Amino acid sequence: MIVLQQFINGLQLGSIYALIALGYSMVYGIILLLNFAHGDIIMVGGYIALLIIAAGISPAVAVVVSILGCTVLACVIEKVAYTPLRSAPRISLLITAIGVSYFLENVAQLILGADPRVFPNTAVIPTVNFRLGSLNLSLTTVVTLAAAVLSMAVLTVLVQRTRMGKAMRAVSEDMGAAQLMGININRTITFTFAVGAALAGVGAILYCCKYPQVKPTTGYLLGLKAFVAAVLGGIGSIPGAMLGGLAIGMAEVVVNALGYSTWTDAVVFLILIIVLLVKPTGFMGASLSEKV
Amino acid sequence: MSELHPLPSNSYLLARDMDKTPVLETHHLGIDFGGLMAVDDFSIAIGREEIAGLIGPNGAGKTTIFNLLTNVYTPTRGDILLEGIDTRGMKTCQVIRLGIARTFQNIRLFRNMTVLDNVLVGLHNEMDYGVPGAILRLPGYWRAEKIARARAMEYLSIFEMEDMANDLAGSLPYGAQRRLEIARAMATNPSILLLDEPAAGMNPAETAALMENIRKIRETFHIAILLIEHDMNLVMGICESIAVLNYGKIIAKGTPEQIRANPAVVEAYLGRKGGGRA
Repeated sequence: MIVLQQFINGLQLGSIYALIALGYSMVYGIILLLNFAHGDIIMVGGYIALLIIAAGISPAVAVVVSILGCTVLACVIEKVAYTPLRSAPRISLLITAIGVSYFLENVAQLILGADPRVFPNTAVIPTVNFRLGSLNLSLTTVVTLAAAVLSMAVLTVLVQRTRMGKAMRAVSEDMGAAQLMGININRTITFTFAVGAALAGVGAILYCCKYPQVKPTTGYLLGLKAFVAAVLGGIGSIPGAMLGGLAIGMAEVVVNALGYSTWTDAVVFLILIIVLLVKPTGFMGASLSEKV
Repeated sequence: MSELHPLPSNSYLLARDMDKTPVLETHHLGIDFGGLMAVDDFSIAIGREEIAGLIGPNGAGKTTIFNLLTNVYTPTRGDILLEGIDTRGMKTCQVIRLGIARTFQNIRLFRNMTVLDNVLVGLHNEMDYGVPGAILRLPGYWRAEKIARARAMEYLSIFEMEDMANDLAGSLPYGAQRRLEIARAMATNPSILLLDEPAAGMNPAETAALMENIRKIRETFHIAILLIEHDMNLVMGICESIAVLNYGKIIAKGTPEQIRANPAVVEAYLGRKGGGRA
């Protein structure tokens, strides 16, 4: 029973990582950028929700505005910081992404201070516990799993079945040929950033409900772990990001359950090192020679 | 074959198209890469349903011209009129919407997408429903999706590929990939199709079938075709007008008969008689 309980914990944490990893993977898939500012979007999402609820406005509004805020922020970052570097070497883009990440963290610290703030998680998802035999399920867990499954289902439909999704796949495979099909490259790239950030916004809310505090560096480690998840799954691959997120979540929970919780982060990065050494393309990544 | 008639713009048009707007017209088009004049003073006019050829030795600038015509490169000089509209400053996707499409010398399909999806990407601008409609599966989305799929299958059946619709594009045999690239380009609903070495890698029988196909495309879709090709049987066999490019400049324009008889063309391809340097 304890195994099942831990399995569910792993699913919960893993699905949050998966939601965030998707944004990394999709953006990498389309412009080959490791968007290290992606994690900090989550921090901003957390603060937006926190501040709106603190102002006495309904948590439902806070959740929606927070997700929209993440989406808009990502589009603005893409337009201001990344679009001008479209034809620049990839290393310039990467360094810019790291710069944007530091910028967001420091602006947050400047405005809101460095101290962690308590996230009103019970306002968003009330504390309710379900008992199934000896299994203990919180409403937060149920909502997290449901929201993650729903988001990923919507994403799959979006990417596989819609015109914009086909455009995204086409642009990520061959940008030159895609624009000759009449696809607006800039709009498609911005759309990809927006979708990734919306998923990160959902992840932000779920993460803050699980670990109810927000600080300017909240997104730092979370972003890196989601990055590891994306690499493990095969960066650029959408099902890979989902799988990688779940795997990292499970790994963390197993390490914690074995009583080595101080080693959790080390294990995650050990996984990164092993993946890069043994199978740098991850579970479902395209072979490197194809992506030129 | 009909005669070519000179236009005031230093271009030529077939007699039957003299009273109509050319589908595509360029005036003194040129582009420099650094100090190198890759293309200079390139003026042509292509009429409705004309099949035109662009030939010349390797490195003459033929593919560069395709990139100029689709606004992938911005010309240094001159202008391009597509359907009578100056395309200066337009994005590639806008030029495509005006009615130009191309294929590539080295096939550039979306290899990890199905054959059907490749054609649906070509239909990108034809199927315009919102993202919310697609996610919520609204009736409007179903209708648009159904129409788009039916149209994509129509294109595939014209190119005799409907039974391959669900195969991955990258897994198709070479000839089928070439056909799919043309089908995908046709799905963007062009009035002029640019073919970059469509017969590359084909044997004489396949080339003969391709010639039939190119004529069939022109007759089915009523479009003009501009093709780059090294296979002289194909060029001389189906082109009504030919422009010869060397070192980025047009050295000859005319009907196949005129080109065949032009000493400048022979020289560009074979070198000057007596081993002298050009």
